[in-house]
Amino acid sequence: MTTRTTILSLPVEEYVHPGNRACTGCGLGIAYRIGLKALGPDTIVIVPPSCLTVLQGLFPVATTKLPSLNTTFACTAAAATGVLEALKAQGKDHVNVVAWAGDGGTADIGIQSLSGASERGDDFLFMCYDNEGYMNTGVQRSGTTPQGAITSNTPFKGKLQQKKDVAAIMTAHGIDYVATASAAYPLDLHDKVKKAISLKGVKYIHIHTPCPPGWGFDARYTVRVGELAVKTGYWDLYEVEKGVFRLTGASAKTLKAGTRKPVEEYLKSQVRFRVMSPEQAADVQARVDAKWSTYSGGAG
Amino acid sequence: MHVIETGNTAAALAVKLAGAQVVAAYPITPQTPLTEKLSEYIEAGEMDARYVPVESEHSALGVCIAASSAGARAFTATSANGLLYMHEQVHWAAGARLPLVMCVANRAVGAPWNIWNDHQDSISQRDTGWIQMYCCDHQQIIDDTLKAFRVAEATSIPVMVCYDGYLLSHTYMPFAIPDEDQVAEFLPPFRPSYALDPGSPANLNTVTLPEVRLDVNGELAHGYMEIRYLLQEDLRNAVQVVEETDAAYQAIFGRGGAPLVEPYRCDDAEYVVVGMGSITYQLRDVIETLRAEGHRIGVLGVRLYRPFPDAAVAAAVRGARGVFVMEKALSYGYEGALCSDLKSALYDHLGELGTAPSVKGLVAGIGGREIRTADLADALRSGLAGSVPDPNWIGIQL
Amino acid sequence: MGPRGYRYKTSHSQPGPGDGGATGSWRVQRPVIDLARCTPAKRGKEACFACWLYCPDVVVSRTIPPQIDYEYCKGCGICAEECPTGAIEMVDESAAHEHED
Repeated sequence: MTTRTTILSLPVEEYVHPGNRACTGCGLGIAYRIGLKALGPDTIVIVPPSCLTVLQGLFPVATTKLPSLNTTFACTAAAATGVLEALKAQGKDHVNVVAWAGDGGTADIGIQSLSGASERGDDFLFMCYDNEGYMNTGVQRSGTTPQGAITSNTPFKGKLQQKKDVAAIMTAHGIDYVATASAAYPLDLHDKVKKAISLKGVKYIHIHTPCPPGWGFDARYTVRVGELAVKTGYWDLYEVEKGVFRLTGASAKTLKAGTRKPVEEYLKSQVRFRVMSPEQAADVQARVDAKWSTYSGGAG
Repeated sequence: MHVIETGNTAAALAVKLAGAQVVAAYPITPQTPLTEKLSEYIEAGEMDARYVPVESEHSALGVCIAASSAGARAFTATSANGLLYMHEQVHWAAGARLPLVMCVANRAVGAPWNIWNDHQDSISQRDTGWIQMYCCDHQQIIDDTLKAFRVAEATSIPVMVCYDGYLLSHTYMPFAIPDEDQVAEFLPPFRPSYALDPGSPANLNTVTLPEVRLDVNGELAHGYMEIRYLLQEDLRNAVQVVEETDAAYQAIFGRGGAPLVEPYRCDDAEYVVVGMGSITYQLRDVIETLRAEGHRIGVLGVRLYRPFPDAAVAAAVRGARGVFVMEKALSYGYEGALCSDLKSALYDHLGELGTAPSVKGLVAGIGGREIRTADLADALRSGLAGSVPDPNWIGIQL
Repeated sequence: MGPRGYRYKTSHSQPGPGDGGATGSWRVQRPVIDLARCTPAKRGKEACFACWLYCPDVVVSRTIPPQIDYEYCKGCGICAEECPTGAIEMVDESAAHEHED
């Protein structure tokens, strides 16, 4: 990043009202609040059904201070396109159009419209806040639930399959900007949003978003759990700008300093992984190691 | 100006004249020539609009819903399974009170696959809160599509303009193209009640509770039930808006006059055949044959299906002894939806009618089965003699 | 005949606080800042503000010293966990109420 935002230079203006219905310690609460700071006042938000629908408020009270369009589950990206095209048709080209979808609305039911819009190159930012399951319907398994995690419909054995890598799918669309982020690293997220809105076409940011009730940890540890995911190399902060991959922030530091922690520390921080066997945990570690063996000094 | 063109082109010309600003569509037969035309107009610079080649019908209506929410006049078109794939969005557009216009080139729905005409696709959307118009010829397609934009924007209710796939969508017929300046007089630019705007932020379509609740100013806002009731109230009132719009159109263009129902030789009719779409014009020939045989029979084309013009339908069949409802769709497990609606209207208006005619349903042209004029005449003859064929599917070969 | 304007026919929500009510009532423990250990309070100038940065509920102010809006603070404890000087303690609501009494 060219200029790094610090806590002191982070915009003071808030675009989210307090007293909303998000759960105590909600990771989305952090990511949404900081993301909107980066987007600023000239922004229209698109929201499919998700935890954000709840956070946003029930009629007639809105938590978000920006205009927002709630859409059906499958058409988030199409709705972003619709708003964008309407603005263009009216000669309004200074407004950021930003979709905020959960992992279901992105990776599962929403991927068709997201892929379509990405292929068309429509000019909006798509934020996926990934809490790794259908959390506001009661913690059901999604395409991005990680292997081994207990959910309401993987109740005893944990999810058997691997997590879907949406950022890689989006990168394969050849769009100009794909980034991963974490609710635990709000400044890194802020700067990625700032960069994304300076570029054309569909931009995609995938935010690892710890969920206290869904993942099974005390609400005070939301940031800690998110940090552990990054410090163990389980979740990496990176960006792919015009095809060039680069680790960012804490992930870049971890690579440089060689301080990657054992994945076990992350897995042990949450109840949802409690049924994983030592062999399964070792397998996760091996996968993380293999992934990190592909990272090299290009990080900055 | 008069041209000889297809029904799809008639629709496309209307959308161009209406100045739709955002068009989103996904290809499906027999709608495709309409959206191809719009692509041509837009790419050639004849039409100042954004064309979004979406990846599905669900997204087609999704784009239109969002574009309308952001203040643009938006249009889409589809057929058959495409319309069914949109179904969730069809409900959404009406609930969000967005004045969209969608043309439906009517086609049978799968399974099994069938690309030919019947009305099962749009009839199955009748409970979504949209206004539905059915066209009988190409002139009505271009005129109704233009009127649809005005009706939609006057009522904040989306309008579906339905016309028979192939029979109208692909056939060439002469029709008049409305003059551009007169269209501008008839249809002023879209002025939305609210458009998404950072200067005036609102959150649209938020979760709405079963009960009423105070807003941020301490005033009582509606609950879900009130919002839905007002859709129903406005839909019922839309019958009058459709009539007024038709009158305004007639005043400028000199065409129209029967926007709710189109009666043909019904004045002295003992029997009336009721239907929708192109079959009602075919039935006019049949009626002439039967009249020559001494039967006093007429045809009633239902042009506005939702909101159902119950009073107009009841009045049009007043004095008749019998009604035959000829339909290209079915509420499977009972009868044609139009047949049920008509019976219901007669019951509601029994006071004015004094006595209600007998009503017999007939089904024709399912999946594009050829509707032979001779078969229609035979079926009606047997109905006039006291009993419609059993089964009542005209032309069925079991 | 009640109101029939556009806003009454659609779900058109207007921004405002407290959609979920006084969410401070959700709290089991409340964060209490020890100003003697709080960096901006001690230095008397803009610094740190980790509690403001990480708050998911927009209830910590970016002021010297930071202030917590107890009407809406849900008591998650993230601020206490993230405070680099350990200046924020989570105190049982029952104890806090006793203290107030």
